[in-house]
Amino acid sequence: MNNNNIDWKKYLIVFLITAGLFLSVSYISNYFSGKKVNQLKSIQDQIAIDILSSETQFSLLSELSCKNISYSILSDELGELGRKLEWSETNLGATDTVLSLKRYYSLLQIKDYLLTKKISERCKTKSAFILYFYTTKVNCSECEKTGIVLSALRNKYKDLRVYSFDYSIDVSAVKTLLDIYKIEDTKLPALVIGDETLTGFHGVEELKSLIEQSFGLQEKDTESVSKDKDS
Amino acid sequence: MSEILSTGMHVLLFLSLYVQVFFLVTFLENRKKIITRNGPTSLSRYPKVTIIVPAWNEEKTLYNTVKSLLALNYPKNKFRVFLIDDGSTDGTWNAMSKFSKNPNVKIFRKENGGKYTALNLGLEHTDTEFVGCLDADSIAHPESLARIMSYFEKDPSAMAVAPSVIALKGKGIVQSAQRAEYDMSVYVKKMLGFMGAIHVTPGPLTIFRKKVFDTLGPYRHAHNTEDMEIAYRMQEHRYKIEQCNDAYIYTNTPSTVKKLYRQRTRWIFGFINNTIDYRRVIFRKKYGNFALFTLPSGIISVFAVSLIFGNLLARIWDFILTKITQFKITGFEFVSNFGNLDPFFINTKSLVFISILIYSLIIFSIFFGKKIVEGKWHFPFYMLYFFLVFSIVGPFWLLKAVYNTALSRNPAWR
Repeated sequence: MNNNNIDWKKYLIVFLITAGLFLSVSYISNYFSGKKVNQLKSIQDQIAIDILSSETQFSLLSELSCKNISYSILSDELGELGRKLEWSETNLGATDTVLSLKRYYSLLQIKDYLLTKKISERCKTKSAFILYFYTTKVNCSECEKTGIVLSALRNKYKDLRVYSFDYSIDVSAVKTLLDIYKIEDTKLPALVIGDETLTGFHGVEELKSLIEQSFGLQEKDTESVSKDKDS
Repeated sequence: MSEILSTGMHVLLFLSLYVQVFFLVTFLENRKKIITRNGPTSLSRYPKVTIIVPAWNEEKTLYNTVKSLLALNYPKNKFRVFLIDDGSTDGTWNAMSKFSKNPNVKIFRKENGGKYTALNLGLEHTDTEFVGCLDADSIAHPESLARIMSYFEKDPSAMAVAPSVIALKGKGIVQSAQRAEYDMSVYVKKMLGFMGAIHVTPGPLTIFRKKVFDTLGPYRHAHNTEDMEIAYRMQEHRYKIEQCNDAYIYTNTPSTVKKLYRQRTRWIFGFINNTIDYRRVIFRKKYGNFALFTLPSGIISVFAVSLIFGNLLARIWDFILTKITQFKITGFEFVSNFGNLDPFFINTKSLVFISILIYSLIIFSIFFGKKIVEGKWHFPFYMLYFFLVFSIVGPFWLLKAVYNTALSRNPAWR
């Protein structure tokens, strides 16, 4: 007959080993999450310094020529930061750190927007802006679709800058933007292109013609696209 | 909702990891007791054994099965083979008749009634101390019977001894995948054997003391998994089941995904329904590790696979939907969001690491099963097919078995 004695000690030891493995794993996972958050922070700091330095440079040179102002690459970095933040929000969870990074990011975008606008006015450089407002509070399929359209447009136009803002983010500067452009949460997604405010979903072709009208932009040819990617 | 799902995933992964660690600890405890013998095995006494071969439409494989039995290294006057034609509609009876003149073979023919009825007919005519069954699609290694009998000789309390069932080298991805799986179950069975917690006495050549059937009664229909039910019944009566790792039985495995799907749906359906029938023993400590470990871990795997697979499907569906929307909006011009591969975007959630741990332990069990079978360490490349086939098709037969149980429908044999 079978031995009926159950080795409880073994059940306990296996439990402890499993629990130990589980804890180590969550420690490792936290370690990587921490590293990612730090990476985000350092990118943001770098962007903040770049913006500040460009602003200062602009103030110094404002009375002189436009030739010496070097400010063009930032929007790519901002774009990268935006993607990483979005990824972190879904994958690391909307923790306090991630949310505060996101607020900071919104501010940086506004600063970048103002500075670029000033430079392009003063120096008559070509640049185009889209302000994009979306929401994460409710399931917004049109926002997702608009996001796809905007990435496609960014790929098409080298000089196009897209600034995206979460409607519900707790940043007073963003709230001011919402007031200025009279954006309501019932009419999201909303886009501000030049002087026009659009709500709801708009397809690629429609926005393309609007951008070309408002800013006189030309599509990148394929060669310059691939060069862009390589750089 | 997603929080509940995530907690559920964590709990199930914890339990799945627990099961794998339990096997590993059992292995470390008993590794010195795992002996793989080479060459002929001799016994001090050769008790009489009857081997029942039930067959339904197996004309193609029957001949080799019987030949392998007649070639067993066991005194010819000590074992008999019963060939039972369970109402076949092909040439099975003719194939059997070829052996009718052999003094060791007795042939029977009956109306079709299912495998368990054929086995019971054989049991009725059995008068030997030991009895076993061999499926008509399997081939016994010449030493298998003697090695199994050596376990009875060593341990008078052993009531049944199961062999190592190995998949015959087949063709194609489906059969290669099963080879790895059979290797793994050699390891798992051995560990369950050490724990006294085996839940299947497989059709390919498990040998029982005849007393088992005399006291517990004959085979039952048992949702078409009679070899599982008899093990449950034995466990309920605390009859000891051992596993003889070096008694090799080679079995034919389903060659197509469809056949494999059918077979596995039947097995899982059998597991679920036999477990429901024997729910009274679960978690009752007087039934030992069978009640506390084997059955609960089987139930965990049913839930874990369902949840993990459901989650995976939902993700794939999401991904497809996003791609479709992207396509609708931008046409063929796919925009890659993550231009270059930035390590930032690698998922480092704890669930990922736990899955890696569990997979590593599964790989170890395939490895070690292979070592038991072949006696040497060797990387089985067909392991890759196992992960491919079983992770893609496996969840479907599992869910189908759950679905059938919910509707109380019996799956067909083949």
